[in-house]
Amino acid sequence: MRVQRIKIEGEITSQDQVDLSLIDPLLEKYKNKKGNIIPLLQGAQEEYGYIPREVFQKLANETGIKLSDMYGVATFYAQFRLNPVGKHIVKVCHGTACHVQNAGAITDALRETLNVEDGETTEDGLFTLESVACLGCCSLAPVMMIGSETYGKLKGSDAVKVIKEIRIKESN
Amino acid sequence: MIDPEVLEEYEAKDGYKALKRIAEEKISQEQIIQDVLDSGIRGRGGGGFPTGMKWKFAFNSKNDEKYIICNADEGDPGAFMDRSLLEGDPHAVIEGMVIGGYAIGATGGVIYCRAEYPLAIKRLNIALEQARQKGYLGKNICGIEGFNLDIYVKEGAGAFVCGEETALMASIEGERGMPRKRPPFPAEAGLWRKPSNINNVETFANIPWIIHNGPQAYAKYGSEKSKGTKVFAITGKIKRGGLVEVPMGMTIEDIIFKLGGGIQDDKQFKAVQLGGPSGGCIPKHLIHTEVDYDQVNATGAIMGSGGMVVMDETTCMVDVARFFLDFTQKESCGKCTFCRIGTMRMLEILTRITEGKGKEGDIELLEELAYQIKDSSLCGLGQTAPNPVLTTIKYFRHEYEAHIRDKKCPALNCKQLLTYEVDPDKCTGCTVCAKKCPVQAIDGERKEVHFIRQDDCIKCGDCYSRCKFDAIKLS
Ligand SMILES: Cc1cc2nc3c(=O)[nH]c(=O)nc-3n(C[C@H](O)[C@H](O)[C@H](O)COP(=O)(O)O)c2cc1C
Ligand code: SF4
Ligand code: SF4
Ligand code: FES
Repeated sequence: MRVQRIKIEGEITSQDQVDLSLIDPLLEKYKNKKGNIIPLLQGAQEEYGYIPREVFQKLANETGIKLSDMYGVATFYAQFRLNPVGKHIVKVCHGTACHVQNAGAITDALRETLNVEDGETTEDGLFTLESVACLGCCSLAPVMMIGSETYGKLKGSDAVKVIKEIRIKESN
Repeated sequence: MIDPEVLEEYEAKDGYKALKRIAEEKISQEQIIQDVLDSGIRGRGGGGFPTGMKWKFAFNSKNDEKYIICNADEGDPGAFMDRSLLEGDPHAVIEGMVIGGYAIGATGGVIYCRAEYPLAIKRLNIALEQARQKGYLGKNICGIEGFNLDIYVKEGAGAFVCGEETALMASIEGERGMPRKRPPFPAEAGLWRKPSNINNVETFANIPWIIHNGPQAYAKYGSEKSKGTKVFAITGKIKRGGLVEVPMGMTIEDIIFKLGGGIQDDKQFKAVQLGGPSGGCIPKHLIHTEVDYDQVNATGAIMGSGGMVVMDETTCMVDVARFFLDFTQKESCGKCTFCRIGTMRMLEILTRITEGKGKEGDIELLEELAYQIKDSSLCGLGQTAPNPVLTTIKYFRHEYEAHIRDKKCPALNCKQLLTYEVDPDKCTGCTVCAKKCPVQAIDGERKEVHFIRQDDCIKCGDCYSRCKFDAIKLS
């Protein structure tokens, strides 16, 4: 079980005011459909990048779905995020093919450069480091993906270089 | 290759001909099921259950609402056969589903695709829309009176266990994807408690060919009990990795050395992993094993969905077992105690072995836990989770023993069990290692050969990965 996904209340902070009207079309579409929890949560995450607390509350109020049922689903699936994420999500593949080609070294190098643990976001809000299982391009192992860009046959130092390049671009 | 976004290209390659023939010749549902039975095709989703039998059960289950479902969750980390089919030939999958839907009398269809495959989802949606336009989906399909079926794509949300059929159905219903008790089987009460039939992507993609060319033509390929061809994704320490489609019954040796070109950097072949987290490792001395369901099962591995990860002398088998357990432990849905906690305990033991803290009796303890987990888990995830550990113990017990007794990793993979030394011939005295060592265990002046004080070294491996001159030796 993804025990680490169940975080203590209070850590969940949303700095920015959340514009709740963004999910109105979504509610319209799925409100009375059966089996709608997952599409609702997916749609909300699409809008905000994660699912803020207030959004859970609004979804519950408007649809009548129990808050507990929604949290149950949100913590079950790896896709859902309960915390804001960085501008760039760095997904390092830890599927079998990447593992035997030393994906561990990539994550180690990135942890050091970004100064965050797996799953965390950098203080400047630029990067979130994530491990994923198989990006479906195993022949290029080890692989990482940032945005829609895939980087294959990596070494730790290559990964660090990519990060540095993005940092430079961002600071301009 | 065909352009997957152009329906006409699929049609030019005999696409939708099987479906049209069914309509023109008024072939009965029973006859289609019989053809699929005769072809001998077995499910490609891992279990290898005869597809015709499954369809028969669903057909016999009477109800005015029935579902045909395509399992495109492809959860095995290290496999991408289904992805390539969905992206490259979505209409074949759809036609297979429509034929299946006709055979069992389905009133609705769902493709459950993992969200990590955005291109596949996009192409499926394009293809479905094209099929609707052409009357391959919708009302009275191809003029078959009363055959109404539409199919939609449902995106998964990232949970391996949702590849399990009952969990998948729970997930479509919007719940936590936790497996359900069987019986009732999906053929009686599946999605929304209605009779349902679920097959893998590759299984469906084979169907149009079978109906078009006849079951006998299909049964010509393959071995006695495993018919047809199978797509494998060869990855790992292989020269030419990628997808290959081979007739059932080819030997592993031929697949790896003839098709895959052998091992990367001409290292020694050690083992090949089949079946992902539910599967096992087949060692070098069984390399003549033929890939068919029964021969592979005899080794303790499973055919699985077609992931084939090649390992060489530098791959540590204890670490591989630990890797898979780490995966299944996280992906367990938590319903069954043994699967939820047993896998955690096994993972702890494996981790301590790879860190050099293994104890006498650990192997036996692993085996005991493994059998208990297999016996008391509800679904296939728990029932097969210990397989990677059991097969590596069976074939590579000596590696476990080397870790536990001698505190050595024969493959030089487990960081904590290595000795780090400076090679005086290569060291240029650049001081990088000394600066980076977190415990200041490296002595040496600039431009002089450095030296690691073994008593202080905590074996973090930093110096090894930092040295630009390959001057840090492992042993
Ligand atoms: C934990 C678990 C994961 C599974 N994952 C998949 C999967 O990703 N894709 C798939 O087709 N079948 C998967 N299966 C097998 C399905 O339950 C089911 O047997 C299969 O989809 C049936 O299709 P087939 O008869 O065409 O093989 C999985 C089973 C288990 C127990
Ligand atoms: S065996 Fe594991 S994954 Fe399957 S139902 Fe039980 S706890 Fe869930
Ligand atoms: S392995 Fe780590 S602790 Fe040991 S000498 Fe190298 S850098 Fe220092
Ligand atoms: S294992 Fe990394 S891309 Fe498949």
